[in-house]
Amino acid sequence: MTPLLQVENIAKFYGARVGCKDVSFDLFPGEVMGIVGESGSGKSTLLNCLAGHLTPDAGAVRFDTKTDGLRDTVTMREPERRMLGRTDWAFVHQHARDGLRMNVSAGGNVGERLMAVGARHYGQIRDTATDWLGRVEIAADRIDDRPTAFSGGMQQRLQIARNLVTGPRLVFMDEPTGGLDVSVQARLLDLLRGLVREMGLSAIIVTHDLAVVRLLADRLMVMKDGHVVETGLTDQVLDDPQHAYTQLLVSSVLQV
Amino acid sequence: MIQVENLSKSFTLHNQGGTVIPVMEGAAFDVARGECVGLIGASGAGKSTLMRMLYGNYLAASGHIRIGGVDVATAQPREILALRRETLGYVSQFLRVVPRVSTLDVVAEPLLRTGHDRATAEARARELLARLNIPERLWGLSPTTFSGGEQQRVNIARGFSYDYPALLLDEPTASLDVTNREVVLSLIEEAKARGAAIVGIFHDEAARDRVCDRVIDAAAFTPKADT
Amino acid sequence: MSDYNFAYLDEQTKRMIRRAILKGLAIPGYQVPFASREMPMPYGWGTGGVQVSAAVLTPDDTFKVIDQGADDTTNAVSIRRFFEKTAGVAVTEATAEASVIQTRHRIPEEVLRADQILVYQVPIPEPLRFLEPSEVETRKMHSLEEYGLMHVKLYEDISQHGAIATSYAYPVKVEGRYVMDPSPIPKFDNPKLEMAAIQLFGAGREQRIYAVPPYAKVVSLDFEDFPFEASKADHACDLCGAEDSYLDELIVDDAGGRLFMCSDTDYCSTRRKAGHVGAQGVPLGEDAA
Repeated sequence: MTPLLQVENIAKFYGARVGCKDVSFDLFPGEVMGIVGESGSGKSTLLNCLAGHLTPDAGAVRFDTKTDGLRDTVTMREPERRMLGRTDWAFVHQHARDGLRMNVSAGGNVGERLMAVGARHYGQIRDTATDWLGRVEIAADRIDDRPTAFSGGMQQRLQIARNLVTGPRLVFMDEPTGGLDVSVQARLLDLLRGLVREMGLSAIIVTHDLAVVRLLADRLMVMKDGHVVETGLTDQVLDDPQHAYTQLLVSSVLQV
Repeated sequence: MIQVENLSKSFTLHNQGGTVIPVMEGAAFDVARGECVGLIGASGAGKSTLMRMLYGNYLAASGHIRIGGVDVATAQPREILALRRETLGYVSQFLRVVPRVSTLDVVAEPLLRTGHDRATAEARARELLARLNIPERLWGLSPTTFSGGEQQRVNIARGFSYDYPALLLDEPTASLDVTNREVVLSLIEEAKARGAAIVGIFHDEAARDRVCDRVIDAAAFTPKADT
Repeated sequence: MSDYNFAYLDEQTKRMIRRAILKGLAIPGYQVPFASREMPMPYGWGTGGVQVSAAVLTPDDTFKVIDQGADDTTNAVSIRRFFEKTAGVAVTEATAEASVIQTRHRIPEEVLRADQILVYQVPIPEPLRFLEPSEVETRKMHSLEEYGLMHVKLYEDISQHGAIATSYAYPVKVEGRYVMDPSPIPKFDNPKLEMAAIQLFGAGREQRIYAVPPYAKVVSLDFEDFPFEASKADHACDLCGAEDSYLDELIVDDAGGRLFMCSDTDYCSTRRKAGHVGAQGVPLGEDAA
């Protein structure tokens, strides 16, 4: 089986400081990988390098493109990479306002990616947008409201709809539940989990919340100081952590 | 079906002065198709640890665990996930489910994941829930709010909905009344009859004697105190 | 003649602007940055158009200025006088006689010829600005032809108004490549953007020049199920009776009386001179107030 994403020795430096270094892994179709670590561990830097938002200083990020097989997205021309960014890839930001156009209606937000890849039939765009709002549990009559009129959880669900509408194969998520109330979080996770399974999505989820990865991720990568200290099956890493840092991380979670 | 070879395990507590606790050494046994093997031994002998290692939940320090052609001790995460999806079922003592998912969906899920259509999966789920005496009015609710015994029965229904070729059972009859205990034991007998290889922990000796073809004493794999 | 250099700007500056114009013509619809100069009039009064006009005018040219179609508004008159004074060129109000026409927000009704240049005054040259505030990002979007956002604007129009409500500065795609803001002309004028004359666009404050060469293909953006429509008031000119011209609506009394008249004053008076009379019109010469 060809991996969907093949990451080889990615490194990113901020001057003398290490953003992330020596990161390698393969992600296979349908796999969901969690990246955990504390703030400053390099997990967001890594995610941004993988998604093409940052240019890594070393290494390769090969993506299994529909037409040409594995291609290094680091050395790929920018138009191609940006095209991937609005077709095969999706990026869910922690803050909905980074991932939404706040002055555009919910329908327009969802429709943008469709129009970006050439959809030119208003009725069809609107039907697809309505369908997707339903799938993320937003009432159809909110389609012409702007996200500024939405709650935090709704904004995040809208962001997900906007990203998934073009049927991407790989979703990058940066703390998708951060800053939400616990009850809202649960609903969002439930939704994400269903969509990931239903659409057979591969996903890379960066979070510091171990409960989130236990629920969503098949496998786990633990980062500290820019390095990967442990990887493995999610429940194995959480239930039988091998590295000192992972043990500390797992044992620090408060029990409820 | 299940072959365990020279398996060992220790825990290193990095945050407690790097204490190394050896818990298992030289474990070796086979379980054939249609056979049920009971793990016995005193509390702390490593029965649960062994079960978790078989399931890939605990990492083996050395040795091999071959189940359906996959060496769980060295396999990639996705290989273990595929094994858990298609070959190896596990009924743990505690039900761990996603909030908001209905009981019927929880039980049907192993079938849906293996490509069965929804109608088939739900029919099987209904049959098992009815057999395990879960009132039908609860089927649409999430089992997170159920009593301990109900949760345990949902867990069992889930473990038996798909016909796994290999099954791990951790105290499947604990906290069950006589009627339901009987249902579980017959489910185990049916699984054996269709050829499933089963490893179980049963504190309930009568149950163990009834379904297990032989027993393995986990104490035999416990490292000697002086090491 | 005055003590100004011909057409006010120094020769180096005019050369710099001409280079930008040529580049603009070579890449239809592409916004060429240029070093916009301070002009003796405020931004918003057509400083971009004036600099472009200054760069293309020759002593033999005949110059015309319209403001929303009219030759006689303050803005049109002052720009016309400006070049009369600084370039000594002939000026006219007759579209057919002009070789360079500077315009604010209209295209003349009369079909322009290959030997004419139309210079537009542009307030905001970036059609994507409405939705994307970053210039870095919009330039990238142009260079990579990422124009989905332009349709988002039209989508928003339809979802809010039931139709594409954008009625002026309606975005177009030039020669199948660059999406361009045609300046705030009414969308009625959009079909006329495909013409024989050279069209130059100058944005003084934003420091951009762009161009549409003769006969370039100019397509107004739309949806399959909401096609572009050039619209005008459903009325004939009350003064000259023209049914094909863009109209201004005037409220003429306190009782709600109204009058529609051609926004192109030269077009209207030419027709009236030829004897056409509208519903509320009187033959030319009798209405001099």
